Amino acid sequence: MRSASYFRLMVLHVMVVTLLLVLIGRLWTLQVMNGAHYKQVAAENRTRDIVVPALRGQILDDVGRPLVRNRSALVVSVDSKAMARQRDGGRAVLHRLAGVLGTTYNDLALKTRLCAPGIKRPCWPGSPYQPIPIDDHVDIKRALQIMERQEEFPGVIAQVQAVRDYPKTEGATAVQALGYLQPITQEEMDRRKGIKVTGYSRVDLVGRDGLEAVYDADLRGEPGIRRLMVDSQGRVTGTAREEPARPGDHLVTSIDAKVQGAVERAIGKAVDDMRKQGKKAEAAAGVVLDVKTGRVIALASLPTYDPAVWTGGITQSEYDALLGKGQGEPLISRATQGQFAPGSTFKISSVAAAVRDGYSLNGIYDCPGSYNVGSRAFTNFEGQGHGPMDLHKALVVSCDTIFYRFAYEEWLRDGGIHPVPKPKDPMPAMARTFGFGRPTGIDLPSESAGRIPDRTWKKDYWEATKQENCRAAKSGYPELERTDPSRASFLKQMAAENCVDGYILRAGDAANFSVGQGDVLVTPLQLARAYAAVANGGKLVVPRLARAVVRQDGTVVREIEPPAQRRLPVDPKVITYMQKALAEVPTKGTAAGAFSGFDFKKVAVAGKTGTAEVYGKDDTAWFASYAPANDPRLAVVVMVTQSATGGAVAAPAVREIYETIYGLNGKKAVWPGGKPPARLPKPRRDGTFAAP
Amino acid sequence: MISSHLQRPPWWRKASALRRLDWTLIFAVLALSVIGALLVWSATRVGPIGLPRDPHAFLKRHLLNLLIGFALGALVSVLDYRLLRAYAPFLYALSCIGLIAVLSPLGDTINGSHSWIVLGGGFQVQPSEFGKVGLVILLAMLLGEPRDGEEGPGYRDILLGLALAALPAVLIMLQPDLGTTLVFGAVVMGMLAISGAPKRWMAGLVGAAAFAGFAVWWFGFLKPYQIARFTAFANPAADPRGAGYNAQQARIAVGSGGFSGKGLFNGEQTAGHFVPEQQTDFIFTVAGEELGFVGALVILVLLGIVLWHGLRIASQAMDLFGTLVASGVVCWLAFQTFENVGMTLGIMPITGLPLPFLSYGGSATFANMIALGLLQAVHLRSHNV
Repeated sequence: MRSASYFRLMVLHVMVVTLLLVLIGRLWTLQVMNGAHYKQVAAENRTRDIVVPALRGQILDDVGRPLVRNRSALVVSVDSKAMARQRDGGRAVLHRLAGVLGTTYNDLALKTRLCAPGIKRPCWPGSPYQPIPIDDHVDIKRALQIMERQEEFPGVIAQVQAVRDYPKTEGATAVQALGYLQPITQEEMDRRKGIKVTGYSRVDLVGRDGLEAVYDADLRGEPGIRRLMVDSQGRVTGTAREEPARPGDHLVTSIDAKVQGAVERAIGKAVDDMRKQGKKAEAAAGVVLDVKTGRVIALASLPTYDPAVWTGGITQSEYDALLGKGQGEPLISRATQGQFAPGSTFKISSVAAAVRDGYSLNGIYDCPGSYNVGSRAFTNFEGQGHGPMDLHKALVVSCDTIFYRFAYEEWLRDGGIHPVPKPKDPMPAMARTFGFGRPTGIDLPSESAGRIPDRTWKKDYWEATKQENCRAAKSGYPELERTDPSRASFLKQMAAENCVDGYILRAGDAANFSVGQGDVLVTPLQLARAYAAVANGGKLVVPRLARAVVRQDGTVVREIEPPAQRRLPVDPKVITYMQKALAEVPTKGTAAGAFSGFDFKKVAVAGKTGTAEVYGKDDTAWFASYAPANDPRLAVVVMVTQSATGGAVAAPAVREIYETIYGLNGKKAVWPGGKPPARLPKPRRDGTFAAP
Repeated sequence: MISSHLQRPPWWRKASALRRLDWTLIFAVLALSVIGALLVWSATRVGPIGLPRDPHAFLKRHLLNLLIGFALGALVSVLDYRLLRAYAPFLYALSCIGLIAVLSPLGDTINGSHSWIVLGGGFQVQPSEFGKVGLVILLAMLLGEPRDGEEGPGYRDILLGLALAALPAVLIMLQPDLGTTLVFGAVVMGMLAISGAPKRWMAGLVGAAAFAGFAVWWFGFLKPYQIARFTAFANPAADPRGAGYNAQQARIAVGSGGFSGKGLFNGEQTAGHFVPEQQTDFIFTVAGEELGFVGALVILVLLGIVLWHGLRIASQAMDLFGTLVASGVVCWLAFQTFENVGMTLGIMPITGLPLPFLSYGGSATFANMIALGLLQAVHLRSHNV
């Protein structure tokens, strides 16, 4: 052999051995050094986890009637894997499906494509192994077309799925208290560690408001996981592991559907009547509280909306409409989030404050038509004078001037416009002990605090508005000048005063406060609680809607007890005195007209009307009450904004509510014995607790 | 020695020829064939869901292929290989006709390559596999002409060899079958080198190949999927569901085998058909997953024995023609082994090439066994048998 060939053959020897050694080296790193890693990757490769959504628990009323339950909905979904396997990628099937569902191919194609970087919504953000829901309010006829002609619709699934249902039991919607569900956001997922989500947008709903939000963890249950074995094509070859979903627990509330329905009807009627009379009657609220326990029997708010809007995925425009002012912001619960001047209903706090400050409980005070607070005359309602009277009568006929005097004198004792170092401020202090000015602590989100316009608030408010006031003090109100010169000059003067010393609590502020006017604001729930405190002898309850979390089979997971009650710093004698006075309001006082012909022998009602003036608007009507007057059990408050007097608008609504509760209108009483049930409802054989 | 062998009876001469076969080579190939058959069985035992078929269909066909292949190999090994020199133009023409036929409507497309002639009855022929045999013999004839006083082939021989090699290479490129084209290139380069071609020729060829590769890339002669395969080779995680899928899944399957493997028939990745073409081009993934590092090493060592013995046969051949035939076969098998296992392990780009003696596939099996027969034929006659 030639030497060159021999040498080159030797080189080939070396090359072959080198190449083999390279392969062996690579094999070693892959299999021995990284074997564990690839074993894990391989295991993930072979299985696909499918999340089985959990059935959400129901929200039940005090006897087990559903307020929110689940209903089966026909959901049409598309299996993207099956589509991809089709010759045309499922194009023909989607075209046919669009025809049946009455939509366009483009719409379906966009909905069924998988989200990826660079693909904007609409697209499917979930797992490609999860059927992609296309439409979840399909009627049975269309669904049957799809199910019966499966050969025409390969990869299209029409299946029954649970969606939230609102049966409106006894006419009770309670939408603001119950809340609603919305798809979970990334922030919510981050905030609530350990929350199991499916990645299935229509299933990963989370309570966004009301009880649905507060008790979300109890209601939602835990989704199960089905680990499927798949081959390289994603075809399912078997089930490796199945962890069934744990359905959510039911929430038993103290809401009674019948009472709730009655409250909603009563305030609805009050609003309708007022609107017929040309008033705006923009909002209304109704609260029924158990005065002994603090349990909420009814919580209603107007304007309202149909909760069915949440089912089947709300569109962004529908959602925006609910949030906007166009429909009166129906998502806001006026009962717990609305803040209104309480008017004369506030006088229970003022009486307690005056007596505590040294005014005699049994003293006689003059009730002139007008009382001068400093240089300004403060008048009674419609300027009427009633002559000398005791505090009892002052409450019954709702005299204001007596309270103006108390407030003015107290204000003077505190140093007037040059306050003493530690002013006593008896009225704001007592209002606070009645629970005004801070949230009641009810088990609902975003409760309002109301407002006690004390010296601190005045100062803060002054600082916040100083710039604007000082500007107006200089330039005045040129536009208003043309139309209403006297008003403009008054406002300019006010602005000038406020600019300089707006932080000072003035005599007028103190006087207004004593009758629930001016800057004081309360929520209807706060007022109901204050009356409950008077009714139960001076204990401030913490309201609770939820009574218990129970399993689907009725086993009690946990009972929800209202937090400890706080005792008011009010002499029991004063409480008893006020009780007697309030009991005469519906019989002889400002609510006598509304309660004329009421069967007081069966149930005595005690209460107080309130008619709060709102600048530039019609009055806010209030009636705050409790019953039975001799052995109080329930507190009922109704409020209607921009309407008329409490006696004319709110008291009749309260009367209707009592008539329903105690069966005075010929119907059966809501509860035998007139007391809310003490025991939790038990499930019936079919799994439901009570008929809706 | 001579006197003793003259006295032997004729049957002994035959028996001695049998004894003088390179038995190590035969046993290595036999072992590889047995392992290959088991791997093919494992890869095809569990078919894709929903396709009812005989679970042993592939195994039966593969065993039949091996049987035919051994017969062909035996036939070739008893031939006097020097006779092949005379048949070389005929074999070459035959393989070119086959390659042209493939491109005609007679051919059929499988996996994107128009490489098969379907014969009916489930049989099909891949002429490019036989083209490798034809190329080796033709080049050996051209470059191995007995010359006196010359160190290597003249430029005429070289140019003629290149031109004749180019024709089938282009035909294969048109299928398109990049892998086999690359094998052709490796065989040409290897045989030219061994034949003693001048260094400048070798350097020129390497430069031309580099330039051709650049031109192919620059002018976009490659199909998009071929480019994607190369990109995927560089970064397999870039597109795990697309072009990088094969590379990724192959690595996962091999890697998950670990040191000792999951045991034959126990590979979950194999059972799930995660690696496409796992009975043919990606058979090594089955070995890697089920037999582990140990089993894969055994296979590589067995292939190494085959190549080593091939090289020994080349260096002991009685003439340059024999040397070139044997080294051509070694270049072919060595390149194909490295490329196939390399792409499985993610150090080479993915091209469609079977692993010699292990992959399923009739034409490849026959061609490999004929190659084995050529090695034996050269070996038998290297000591004047």
